[in-house]
Amino acid sequence: MNIIEIKNLHYTYPGYDSETLKGVSLEIEKGSFVAVLGHNGSGKSTLAKHLNAILLPTEGQVLVNGIDTADEDKLLEIRRTVGMVFQNPDNQIVANVVEEDVAFAPENLGVPSEEIRHRVDNALKQVDMYEFRMHAPHLLSGGQKQRVAIAGVIAMEPQVVVLDEPTAMLDPRGRREVIETVTRLCREKGITVVLITHHMNECVGADRVVVMSNGRVIADGAPEVVFSRVELMREEGLTVPATTELLYELNKKGFSLDLNALTVEKCAEEIAEKLG
Amino acid sequence: MLRDITLGQYFPGDTVVHRLDPRTKLLLVIIYIVALFSATGWPSYGLVIAVTVFSLAISKIKPKSAFKGLKPLIFIIILTALLNIFYTQGTPVAEGWPITWEGIEKAVMMSLRIILLIMGTFMLTYTTSPIALTDGMELLLNPLKKIKVPVHEMSMMMSMALRFIPTLIEETDKIMSAQKARGADFETGSLLQRAKALLPILVPLFVSSFRRADELAVAMESRCYHGGEGRTRMKQLKLMGRDWIALLLGALFLAAIYVMKHFGL
Repeated sequence: MNIIEIKNLHYTYPGYDSETLKGVSLEIEKGSFVAVLGHNGSGKSTLAKHLNAILLPTEGQVLVNGIDTADEDKLLEIRRTVGMVFQNPDNQIVANVVEEDVAFAPENLGVPSEEIRHRVDNALKQVDMYEFRMHAPHLLSGGQKQRVAIAGVIAMEPQVVVLDEPTAMLDPRGRREVIETVTRLCREKGITVVLITHHMNECVGADRVVVMSNGRVIADGAPEVVFSRVELMREEGLTVPATTELLYELNKKGFSLDLNALTVEKCAEEIAEKLG
Repeated sequence: MLRDITLGQYFPGDTVVHRLDPRTKLLLVIIYIVALFSATGWPSYGLVIAVTVFSLAISKIKPKSAFKGLKPLIFIIILTALLNIFYTQGTPVAEGWPITWEGIEKAVMMSLRIILLIMGTFMLTYTTSPIALTDGMELLLNPLKKIKVPVHEMSMMMSMALRFIPTLIEETDKIMSAQKARGADFETGSLLQRAKALLPILVPLFVSSFRRADELAVAMESRCYHGGEGRTRMKQLKLMGRDWIALLLGALFLAAIYVMKHFGL
């Protein structure tokens, strides 16, 4: 079942002549982990902002659970279904205490107090931040702040979580923490995850990678399949994971290796097998 | 250097006063101020002082920190005292002196009034976290919503401002370091020069604050914020037995002051 359907989406920012999105069509299956890749200006963040009606299509349609995002009466319904985590953790935390911040969304939705308490504790445990519930957000590390932001979104009990470059401002450790958290949410809780990023390595665990360039989708498929198209990725100024790169370079030197191996282990196996 | 700024003067603790509902404390402070300004004679001043000392004692505020709060206002206190000493008519202290006995009495009373006023209000911020304070204020002002006062919006703005103070301080620090690295000088020169040197800090700070505000608004909307209507709270403030007792004591205190005033004390 598709939870999000994007039909021929065009978008032009007010005051600009050229379209940022030039006809994007995508279906996102419920419970899947979709990574959207693209370099700066490819339109991937603009696409993300259409998924919870922050932006509305200039042309075309976005359906969330069958509801058109342009339907203003259903705005809250759409936003509680699709939660959004942004790039800068500092600019999305609203309260002085971690647990108060996580409670923000359910408070807005008018959830009864005891239920909020329950949801907040649950959400904080899911992102492994429960022991920090009484802390002040500005004293946490970037990765921790971003996990609090994720908890703030899942306290809303959304079906989809869209993360718009959540790791861009984090150090490698924070990056790993965040990616591990969202992967777990998807695999264990069945929450659909849409991860917008330009780090290849973050896409390895996804079910599906969508590559965007210049307002269009240029590749779409399982990570192995997409990354094996090394020339295309290079043309788009995107690097492929180091493992694929190694196999590709070996192939150029006369080997005939399968480019599907994304993890280091699989890559090693592939090479070992060919070497006999 | 900017990290040292303490704001709100909140000292966490676990006394009865700390545990009182913020609404109760706000009301008590109002009662206290009314009582203070209604007190006219020494006996009523004595009662106000006794109440102040008692409250300071049960909230376990050290006298040292209570007096520390007076520091920034010492100038105003001295000025008030001096004006009262020299400008009150009455019997001179000695032949030909411009100082009168009445003036001295009035000066002491006025300075005492300011000191007590500051101590009473500081006690509120000493024992109540800023968040609890804004929550309490929102609830107390709730009836004003009927006449279209944006109570929820005001308290939201206040708590948001409190939330971003540390973030902005951090940012200012960063900008200052960046400017220093490029040879800016904030520490030497005349006052005017130093004030001018602050301009290259303020401009980027403003620009980034607006960007922040924009991003924050989008993030809040994404989390279904749509104003105060239909909003619930995780932690609901509840008036307990101790709050009613405190309010009763406050009312008694005010009544006592008025009775004393009636008898000219």
